Amino acid sequence: MGDINSKQYIDIRLGEDLYGIEIKYIDNIIIMQNITRVPKAQEYFLGVINLRGDIIPVMSLKNKLGLEESEVTSTTRIIIVKPELSMAPVGVIVDEVNEVITLDDDDVDMMNYNEKDSKAVYSAGIGKLGDNLINILNIPEIVGKEE
Amino acid sequence: MDVSQYLEIFIEETKEHLQSLNEHILILEKEPENEATINEIFRAAHSLKGMAGTMGYKKMQELTHHMENVFSEIRNGKMKASSELVDVVFKGLDTLEAYLANIQSDGSEGDQDCNNIIIALNKILSSGLGNDNSASKDKYMEPFADEITLAAPDKDDKYKFRSLKIEEYEKKAIAKAISLDLNVVGLTIYIQEYCVLKGARAFMVNRTLEDHGEIIKLYPSAQDLEDEKYDFDYSAFVITKETPEQLINFCMSVSEVKEVVADYIRLEEDELGIYLAQIKQDEAPTTKVSTEPGSLKAGAATTSKQTTKPVANRSVRVDIDKLDVLMNLVSELIIAKNSLVSSSSSLHNQLETAFYDQIEYLERVTTNLHESVMKVRMVPIESVVNRFPRMIRDLSKNLNKQMELYMTGEETELDRTVIDEIGDPLMHLLRNAADHGLESSEDRISLGKDPVGSIYLDAYQDGNNVVIEVRDDGAGINVDKIRKKAIERGTITEDQASRMTDKDVIDILFMPSFSTSEKVTDVSGRGVGLDVVKTKIEALGGDIEAKTVLGKGSNFIIRLPLTLAIIQSLMVKISNEKYALPLGNIQTVENIGSRDIKKIGGKEVLNLRGDVIPIIRLGEILDCAKGDKTNQLLVVVVKKGERLAGMVVDELIGQQDIVIKSIGKYIKNHKVISGATILGNGEVALILDVNTLI
Repeated sequence: MGDINSKQYIDIRLGEDLYGIEIKYIDNIIIMQNITRVPKAQEYFLGVINLRGDIIPVMSLKNKLGLEESEVTSTTRIIIVKPELSMAPVGVIVDEVNEVITLDDDDVDMMNYNEKDSKAVYSAGIGKLGDNLINILNIPEIVGKEE
Repeated sequence: MDVSQYLEIFIEETKEHLQSLNEHILILEKEPENEATINEIFRAAHSLKGMAGTMGYKKMQELTHHMENVFSEIRNGKMKASSELVDVVFKGLDTLEAYLANIQSDGSEGDQDCNNIIIALNKILSSGLGNDNSASKDKYMEPFADEITLAAPDKDDKYKFRSLKIEEYEKKAIAKAISLDLNVVGLTIYIQEYCVLKGARAFMVNRTLEDHGEIIKLYPSAQDLEDEKYDFDYSAFVITKETPEQLINFCMSVSEVKEVVADYIRLEEDELGIYLAQIKQDEAPTTKVSTEPGSLKAGAATTSKQTTKPVANRSVRVDIDKLDVLMNLVSELIIAKNSLVSSSSSLHNQLETAFYDQIEYLERVTTNLHESVMKVRMVPIESVVNRFPRMIRDLSKNLNKQMELYMTGEETELDRTVIDEIGDPLMHLLRNAADHGLESSEDRISLGKDPVGSIYLDAYQDGNNVVIEVRDDGAGINVDKIRKKAIERGTITEDQASRMTDKDVIDILFMPSFSTSEKVTDVSGRGVGLDVVKTKIEALGGDIEAKTVLGKGSNFIIRLPLTLAIIQSLMVKISNEKYALPLGNIQTVENIGSRDIKKIGGKEVLNLRGDVIPIIRLGEILDCAKGDKTNQLLVVVVKKGERLAGMVVDELIGQQDIVIKSIGKYIKNHKVISGATILGNGEVALILDVNTLI
């Protein structure tokens, strides 16, 4: 902490893989809720939830990243993220939230993706935490823009 | 004097005065003898001048001063409001508006020059007056000769009353007092700074003064003094038999008075002459006036009657943001109330009746509270449409067409947020009507129509909607021409065109791709920016439709929701999902057998008491899970304008007030959903946008 060359991330699990979300994007982490489906929405948007009187859209991170959907378990969480402070919040569903980790910027490498991979922009780099590799998510790209 | 804190009020009030001037001058042009109107104009111009002077806006002050001179002569019956004069005055008002716009943007008046208008005003003044009163004419040529404004009170001068502006009627009263050999004394009273109840102190001083004469003016006003809205000094004008020195002594006898200064108030000789002549005229038929101060009051009151405002404005200016906060709180309260109601009904047998009584009471109170808050946000549409008569007058001159605007229902109220947005679309439609809708006067005569074209603006409430119609009796829209052009442009195919009804063709006008084309506008003369109008109105939750009869005129009908935040809705269930349908759209709910639904051209329709209406299976459109097919169908008949449609739902839950919340801008849903609401149990239900579903 206090080191300007490191950032804090929340370490999350999607299926078998570990991902990281930089802490500055995170507004809140809540347990799974009843989601009201919104017809005709983009397929990765599962619907909307009521968070203390505010209506918040919720997206499936797995669907957005092209991963296989899995069932909701007791560890499933909704992370409320804001791509920018001035933007409206969005919920993203993850299978599990592990812990807060600190990574030196030196330990985060940009990956060379196949240029044809349209999902490549969703990664902000690969972090090394011990033996594990953590895919740091590029939240602004994933959440997209307000229309 | 630091006036920046008053800038906002100044801008607001100046706008009001300018609007009032615009309106009344239009009336004056038609009814040159209307005395109330002339007085109103004079009053507005006068206040405008005073305010501009106080704020230090010299150009505004000077221009209004010259305008006021003209109005003053009209009021005195020495001139008539000619069309030429009205034109110049309008030019003057436009310049004032330009100054105001500049002040609004950067706090200064800007460089626009108003000398030619002033010259034009003076020319009219001198030609209108002829040479019947050269003395008073000279006076008007010299600006501010008789005016002492509040612009720059000298801080060192204790005689603050000398810098007070004396109103017309007050001058009359002063002149009258002088004619009765009474003294008019101005006083400035300084209260001790440690005084706690300065309101009461001022009251006592005033009572002492009234024992010896009549107070004709207080600055600040008596009400403000009572409310302690003054620093530690105030000024008064008193008509009395006593000398200033005597009055000072009387006032000083009241405790906690620090100092009093006083002097005679005198009017200028020629002015005094004018007023004395007027007073003589006024009083010729009445009986002799006694010299008692008491009767002076009556005299002052009658002379002042013309200039004072008829009714005091009992209103408070409130920032719209504060109202929004209030509205949000009420919304939250309604959600909480709904949740109480729903949880109490599930505990039906376990609660006492007293509890239900209270719940019902709470329900009534919240409903009333909601209505009151909504009413606070409601503004008559007048505040938007009142600038249109002036606009039409200008258009009439610019386009060289004779036309008349008739407005009804200006008192119809709409939510403030809607009011702010609706002005431009309406202006656009009116311009369209004036420019393209109405024919030239010659054409109208040859068509056997009244050479003066008519444009109508009608507003009225229709259920939960407010309808605004913009009609004209001009040429109407040539549907065939649009059809041809649309095919040429590739907007529609020939095949499509042949199947389209006239109504569908007119709807093409609202399409953005269509209206931006230069070619089409050249031929049809319509459609410029109609898509912008439509977008704006839809953004407000309303819709617009056009009707036209070739040769008879066209009619644009705008339908707007009364409020934006809370609506009454019918909650329905489709499959296992809950949706809200705005009650304003719902006509009836029908229980029909599935055999009553017929197929025509692959589409399902229902013959409902003679009306054939399309059936929309909401479950399919909304991709809900499929339920069992039943023989009985529940059909909610909804209405959009004059179009009906039946929406098939699985179950009715009931009627409910719901708070509309946005579902945010991330989700694209092809507009089938207009928003969401939170139900009593915390669940989210979506609100269907009936307008796009039909």
